[in-house]
Amino acid sequence: MTSFPRGALTYRPGLARNRYNQLFTGLAAVFTALAVLPLVLVLVYVLIKGGSLISLRLLSELPPAPGLEGGGIGNALLGTLIVTLIASLIAIPVGVGSGVYLAEYSRGGAFARFVRFGTNVLAGVPSIICGVFVYGLIVATRAFAGQSYSAVAGGIALAVLMVPTVIKTTDEALKLVANELRWGALGVGASKFVTITRITLPAALAPIATGVVLAIARAAGETAPLIFTALFSPFWPDGLLNPIASMSVLIYNFAIMPYEAQISLAWAASFVLVVMILAANLLARWLGKLSRT
Amino acid sequence: MTVSSPSTMATDTCIAVQNVSISYGSQEAVRGVYMDIPRGKVTAFIGPSGCGKSTVLRALNRMNDLIEGCSLKGRVLFDGHDLYAKNVDPVEVRRRIGMVFQKPNPFPKTIYENIAFGARINGFRGNMDELVERSLRKAALWDEAKDKLNESGYALSGGQQQRLCIARAIAIEPEVILMDEPCSALDPISTLKIEEMMHELKKSYTIVIVTHNMQQAVRVSDVTGFFNVSNRAEGDRKVGCLVEFADTEQIFNSPSQQATQDYVSGRFG
Amino acid sequence: MATGQRPDLFAHRRRPPGEKLLDLSFQRLTVVLASLVGLVLVGILITVLGGSREAMGQFGLGFLTTSDWDPVGGHYGAFTAIYGTLITSLLALLIAVPLGVGTAVFITENIIPLQIRQVLGVMVELLAAIPSVVLGLWAIFVMEPFLRPGLTGLHSLLGWLPFFSTEPQGPGIAPAVMILVVMILPIITAISRDSLNQVPPSLRQAAYGIGATRWGAILNVILPAAISGITGGVMLALGRAMGETMAVTMIIGNSNNFSLSLLAPGNTISSMLANQFGEADGVQVSALMYAALVLMLLTLVVNVLAQQIVRRLSLKYN
Ligand SMILES: Nc1ncnc2c1ncn2[C@@H]1O[C@H](COP(=O)(O)OP(=O)(O)OP(=O)(O)O)[C@@H](O)[C@H]1O
Ligand SMILES: [Mg+2]
Repeated sequence: MTSFPRGALTYRPGLARNRYNQLFTGLAAVFTALAVLPLVLVLVYVLIKGGSLISLRLLSELPPAPGLEGGGIGNALLGTLIVTLIASLIAIPVGVGSGVYLAEYSRGGAFARFVRFGTNVLAGVPSIICGVFVYGLIVATRAFAGQSYSAVAGGIALAVLMVPTVIKTTDEALKLVANELRWGALGVGASKFVTITRITLPAALAPIATGVVLAIARAAGETAPLIFTALFSPFWPDGLLNPIASMSVLIYNFAIMPYEAQISLAWAASFVLVVMILAANLLARWLGKLSRT
Repeated sequence: MTVSSPSTMATDTCIAVQNVSISYGSQEAVRGVYMDIPRGKVTAFIGPSGCGKSTVLRALNRMNDLIEGCSLKGRVLFDGHDLYAKNVDPVEVRRRIGMVFQKPNPFPKTIYENIAFGARINGFRGNMDELVERSLRKAALWDEAKDKLNESGYALSGGQQQRLCIARAIAIEPEVILMDEPCSALDPISTLKIEEMMHELKKSYTIVIVTHNMQQAVRVSDVTGFFNVSNRAEGDRKVGCLVEFADTEQIFNSPSQQATQDYVSGRFG
Repeated sequence: MATGQRPDLFAHRRRPPGEKLLDLSFQRLTVVLASLVGLVLVGILITVLGGSREAMGQFGLGFLTTSDWDPVGGHYGAFTAIYGTLITSLLALLIAVPLGVGTAVFITENIIPLQIRQVLGVMVELLAAIPSVVLGLWAIFVMEPFLRPGLTGLHSLLGWLPFFSTEPQGPGIAPAVMILVVMILPIITAISRDSLNQVPPSLRQAAYGIGATRWGAILNVILPAAISGITGGVMLALGRAMGETMAVTMIIGNSNNFSLSLLAPGNTISSMLANQFGEADGVQVSALMYAALVLMLLTLVVNVLAQQIVRRLSLKYN
């Protein structure tokens, strides 16, 4: 005799617990669909509205004056590449260097804890504040050859945004490198510098590259830090110390203009940006897979 | 603890360990070690697990510097120079006192590069191909590896990887080679090859080897140090110490300590 | 000496001074680079604090509770923007948490085949990679027109509530909340997924072992075990939502007039900065810096809390 009712071992869908089970499973499926839906919709619209406009002319011409037809996003495309490149040239050495310090030199002391904490705090600083900071530091003070808005200022603002990501991935990737490998190098008389540059960094290359690619992709799409550092320009880039166009700021500026031509260009720029970023993400995924084998 | 001076020692001391105690953080791991490691001989460290053999071995080329919180009291003299003096560069120490680790740790490079790497950073000026071949031959790996010098070091078996690490260590021709259980991942044949190699190597090098294999200690070493864990410290904290350090023959045939006798005859613990 | 008998082929047995110098310089360099993070943080603080001093002196704490924003008369109060920042991010959280956690459960627990789960996981991650300005564009031209009939219906049905008391006319708080949901969903989903994956398998087996149904196990055992990680993720998402700029700026309407209605245009601190900072001068710059300071402190508190929660979690399972 047991104190619980026992029946045959068949599954009975009518049972209250089984009905709850189905209800919750259905609910979770609906939630998942709702979560994925925006991605599908955004991609569909960007591909249809933007993709249909893409042509060589569009990618190589300047945007039209307000009210005129035609034109392209050539200067913005080039500008995004330039500003992102400046940002990468700053953020990768700084980020990898700091990550190397944290993982290879620091011994968990107060300074290292401060740097780790600071990295996390900086990662959480809203991107618009990075823009405000660089505006106050460089644009308002005309720090570079008396110029205010400039490509360099925009690049620095993006770099501030990228650095925490690069530090974290470097730190974590280096921590995954087996200590035995370090000892092996030091045991044959390698200096710390040689050990790091020739053994540990190469061993951690794939995960670091993954993080760096993701950071670059994110920076390329950022707008907030650029709107009052790099500003915008309807012309081709003119040196690094002048305002420069970028696709993200172009989308922002043109989306709120009452002209069809400009709005179409905003969609086209979105298409180019999304394709670039998705490609970078696929590259990062591939690199990530590489590092796991 | 009594330490009888090995007869061989009188000839020439390579590394002198004087009253060395090593702690990890606040935990003392070994205490009060004295020994004179003779030049041109093979010295073996034996003892139960956790008694601090690896710890003392790493102290001999300042590998412990890399372990956070590890600190050493006492003196380690190499050719009469204190290895822990302020102005000593640990990197230079390791160029002259090489090390082979318990776990094989080849670099993620080709077999050839694994060996050339150390030689290059030591400023090797001779013929690199020759050096690679010579080192691989000494480590009894040449026959197995000569056709895949350009393959990754990871493409070797565990035992082969360990011999690659030995080849890597001897390629830089250090004065002393420290080996932490170098044969624990090897089959009997490779072990035999390594042991033969050691006999060969001791003509020009001083070797210190940690081993759990007592036959191996008897076969390869001239001098043996027996480590043990003692509870004599305050409270129940276990601390390692050097029980006896003498000629291998004496350790295995007529040790002066009961604990040594028990350990080498297998009547331990 | 043993090496004495044969020629030493190794030139650098004694390290040349140049090599030592390189070693030391490299170490110093990494220390300098690492201190840049601190320097930038201090720089941000100084810039924003220094910039807001004038406005602080002029408006004091009243800046936080008044909502006139009058560049002509020189009166500034950020209440509308602060309220907008808080209300949009909290409402977005309210919607995104069940969606995100539900999605995370759906793609971690063994409900559908692994391949489909992986594809769904990748899709959610890719959603996080879409630039916010592109989402803003999409929100203006696709999402808002699509939502408007629904919002109008809401107004005619529940218009007697102060929250729905105005006629929707395009940009407004409600569409801003919706686009924020889209933006923070991937964060919540990804972190919830990680936390669920960290729940020890033994716990899961224990629950099924005593005859729990799938959702019995999920709701009573697995989710509670992962709760601190999920909470940390939710806090991170909150921080992100409060600082999010572009998409919100493009769809919220940028009005400084305070209104309780979610269907009316509003403002957030970041959208106010994006809109006005470039053209402002004089006290207005200082007032904007003051608002930026408020935003920084808000996100800082939320992010530090999130970190504490996540750290507690990793201590528990490692
Ligand atoms: N990195 C470390 N951090 C803290 N304690 C350590 C560390 N390495 C060793 N110890 C401690 O020091 C003591 C001696 O360890 P050691 O590795 O030297 O022993 P061993 O004699 O080599 O043992 P085995 O034969 O198992 O290799 C042990 O109690 C160990 O727990
Ligand atoms: Mg050991």
